[in-house]
Amino acid sequence: MKNLYEYSAFELSEMLRDKKISSVELTEAVLDRAEKIDGKINAYLMTDREMSLKMAAEADKLISSGEAKSRLAGIPVGIKDNISTKGIHTTCASRMLENYVPVFNATVIDKLANAGSVIIGKLNMDEFAMGSSTENSYFAVTKNPFDLTCVPGGSSGGSAAAVSAQEAVIALGSDTGGSIRQPASLCGVVGLKPTYGSVSRYGLVAFASSLDQIGSLGRCVKDVALLQDEIQGHDPMDATSADRSYNSLYDGLTDKILGLKIGIPEEYFGKGVKPEIADAVMKAVRALEAGGAKVVPISLPSTKYALSAYYIIACAEASSNLARFDGVKYGYRAKDCDGLIDMYEKTRSEGFGREVKRRIMLGTFVLSSGYFDAYYKKAKLLQKRIRQEFEDAFKNVDAIVTPTSPSEAFKIGDRISDPLAMYAADICTVTVNIAGLPAVSVPCGYSEAGLPYGMQIIGRKFDEQTILNLAFAHENAFGGFRRPEL
Amino acid sequence: MIKGYEVVVGLEVHAELNTKTKIYCSCRNSFGLEVNTQVCPICLGMPGTLPTLNEKVVEYAIKMGHALNCSINRICKQDRKNYFYPDLPKSYQISQADIPLCQNGYLDVIMEGGEVKRIGVERIHIEEDAGKLLHSDKFDGSLVDFNRCGVPLIEIVSKPDMRSSDEAKAYLETIRSILKYIDISDCKMQEGSIRCDVNVSVHKPGTPFGTRCEMKNVNSFSAAVRGIDYEANRQIEILEAGGTVVQETRRWDDQKGISVSMRTKEDAQDYRYFPEPDLLTIVVPEEKVKFLKDTLPELPNAKIMRYVSDYGLSHYDAAMIVDIVEKSAFFEKSLEAGCKSPKLLANWVLGEISKFMNDGRAIEDTALTPEKMAELVNYIADGKISNAAGKTVFDIIVAEDRDIKAIIEEKGLAQVSDESALENLADEILSANEKSVSDYLSGKTNALGYLVGQCMKASKGKANPGVMKEIILKKIAEISQK
Repeated sequence: MKNLYEYSAFELSEMLRDKKISSVELTEAVLDRAEKIDGKINAYLMTDREMSLKMAAEADKLISSGEAKSRLAGIPVGIKDNISTKGIHTTCASRMLENYVPVFNATVIDKLANAGSVIIGKLNMDEFAMGSSTENSYFAVTKNPFDLTCVPGGSSGGSAAAVSAQEAVIALGSDTGGSIRQPASLCGVVGLKPTYGSVSRYGLVAFASSLDQIGSLGRCVKDVALLQDEIQGHDPMDATSADRSYNSLYDGLTDKILGLKIGIPEEYFGKGVKPEIADAVMKAVRALEAGGAKVVPISLPSTKYALSAYYIIACAEASSNLARFDGVKYGYRAKDCDGLIDMYEKTRSEGFGREVKRRIMLGTFVLSSGYFDAYYKKAKLLQKRIRQEFEDAFKNVDAIVTPTSPSEAFKIGDRISDPLAMYAADICTVTVNIAGLPAVSVPCGYSEAGLPYGMQIIGRKFDEQTILNLAFAHENAFGGFRRPEL
Repeated sequence: MIKGYEVVVGLEVHAELNTKTKIYCSCRNSFGLEVNTQVCPICLGMPGTLPTLNEKVVEYAIKMGHALNCSINRICKQDRKNYFYPDLPKSYQISQADIPLCQNGYLDVIMEGGEVKRIGVERIHIEEDAGKLLHSDKFDGSLVDFNRCGVPLIEIVSKPDMRSSDEAKAYLETIRSILKYIDISDCKMQEGSIRCDVNVSVHKPGTPFGTRCEMKNVNSFSAAVRGIDYEANRQIEILEAGGTVVQETRRWDDQKGISVSMRTKEDAQDYRYFPEPDLLTIVVPEEKVKFLKDTLPELPNAKIMRYVSDYGLSHYDAAMIVDIVEKSAFFEKSLEAGCKSPKLLANWVLGEISKFMNDGRAIEDTALTPEKMAELVNYIADGKISNAAGKTVFDIIVAEDRDIKAIIEEKGLAQVSDESALENLADEILSANEKSVSDYLSGKTNALGYLVGQCMKASKGKANPGVMKEIILKKIAEISQK
């Protein structure tokens, strides 16, 4: 007999609707699981049994009265800790916000609440979503469920690890340069970074406003589609949110991929990418081809500039977005300060971690008078070019497939003192944010040591359906979630 | 011009717009409420919040752009101006950097004496206001009131086209008047709803402009005048002593009447402007820009000109009426209601009406209507009642809604213009005052006033003084010929 926490969200959704289980039972099972194993994983920054069970009880009422309209009613969802939850600590894994309790919900949280979902807890991350290993959390290093000496990836490492370790059914993450897809890849789960503008950013603590996007992680494509269905949609509170109609991705899901054209960009398979991973991805592509898809070699020549452009734009925006953490209104304030300037300096020196400070300084530098044109302006021009290359490519193909991460999970501590090596982890994912496109990462292989590899499928703007269908077809051919031994 | 130097002045005027809500959230935009009550997570800049632009702000700014003859950038963006200060909760102000909503305009100001001076307008852009620091003996440190955070502002930047503090004052007054006429700002200096920064330099005509200093904390128009004069003198003294003026930002201390250095160019802040990624490009449809232009009300300068040319008012009187929107509106409505004498009406508006308005009473708080005012002026203009009687009637119709004709009858205020009755009266008075008649004839002209006064007194004020004077003159002429 399978334990409740092992089921997928779409299965649990049916079981709840058929009243085979209650949300309270399910929530308890997931919380029990977290209680049992999270000491090993450190995925959660916060759980509150009483709060979650209260939400579950309400969900049960909603379901039994027949008023539940959403498939996510009664399903527990883990929340990355940079998404604002009213009355619940939202720390961004930073000392700066250790004691910060928001007075408002992010739009996605309101949507989940309206759907009758249960908040199961807040998940660990790299501080302010800056990092690719979750080692930059002020509170704890999250471990990879497949190898506890390895990182889970980042910045949504808590979300990916919790889903992978089956201590969360599904989870919300955020993705600025790969922060959903890369940890999904390293933890052997599915992660979707939706089109920029399809999910409201209202209440997502901003890292880089023009690149940030909230998205979903789950153990299968169906679960990711289910969660994305619930959170997508226009929000008047977010000026960058796209005012258009959104169809149910879950309802549209099919593994019929006959005639779909898949572009393979050579730039994503060469230098810097482990050959085993490139091979695993190509093997999966051949399988899709066997399933009826057409494979087309393509070129995205500006890819080599993407990482530089990304770090300039992201850091520039971050330096401004994080300026509000000044010790005046909320969050950390240094003690024993000598006047206002001293208070600012000490607060920000003590409240932020090394990586955050590094990026604030980089961003401040590239926006400084005399450097703006050489860095920020040039990066924005590159962004235009990268966008154009993708647009041109999508005239001929329906999706583009690449590795998600150039390597499998690396050892904790291995790259923490070498920021450039750490930044290289994002080499395959940043272009997607720069171009505002949707992309999904799905498991496509395992190393000899049993560490997962991920395949990234990139789509046209607002065409999440096509990439999820390809991911679904791949999942059916390749096999679903492989659970880590814990 | 002092010692051959010419003063060059440029002004940056910040005006708070009177939209119902703030620029990036739906908080109320109103002054003087309990501290930190008109706030929400958005204007407090709490983590994760996002701004959404209040489109009224764009409309209001475009109106001002049209009023100042600017070209409108239908497509423009908003930028972040980054700096740390406790009254700025996001640590950046959303403003506009390289592409302002309006640019390249001008404003004609009418100087005392009627001379017109054209002053260039560099740009008008939209931005958000910051909060306010509160200091008091009652508590340690400073507290912040965030109510003003996100109040919409326009910044109007002039070209360095003013050559005296008088021109600067005229410019500021005209700007204020326009803001009120197009009804986009309350323009209350004491509430800080209009503030200005002053740029001053001096040079000898024919030579390049001198180094300029920017002066902040100029909180009234009269402070601007004092500040400019002080600053010009300070710079001239430096140059005359063989020194050079340092480019710097100075703070005007109006109490002491001096400016003090705040920071030099070397310490200038680097605001690291960059495009605001949370907001979309502003795109204003062409039809909207046109509509806002077509529906712009008559501007104060045009009104003054019209009052002078169409109604024969003096420039001074016209400007005095136009200065207060309420007076000008009442003036025009009274004319529409059939008032025959704009000049007489102007006297009433600038006299009795201004008197009670100066006491803090608005016209609409009284019983006075444009229709009543028109009727009253017409009674006077037609010679049916005297000015003095008019004042009696005025006081009554300000206090209560009553019929003017009934008041005149009840109080017996009707003027006697019947010549035969007045001639009899004149004969009586002249025969009783032969001394005054001979005085007048011997050249003492003020004896005439005395004689008319005596007639008025005898008629208990009902005689038409104009007609009375004519008759007296006629009678004296007859006497002298005898």
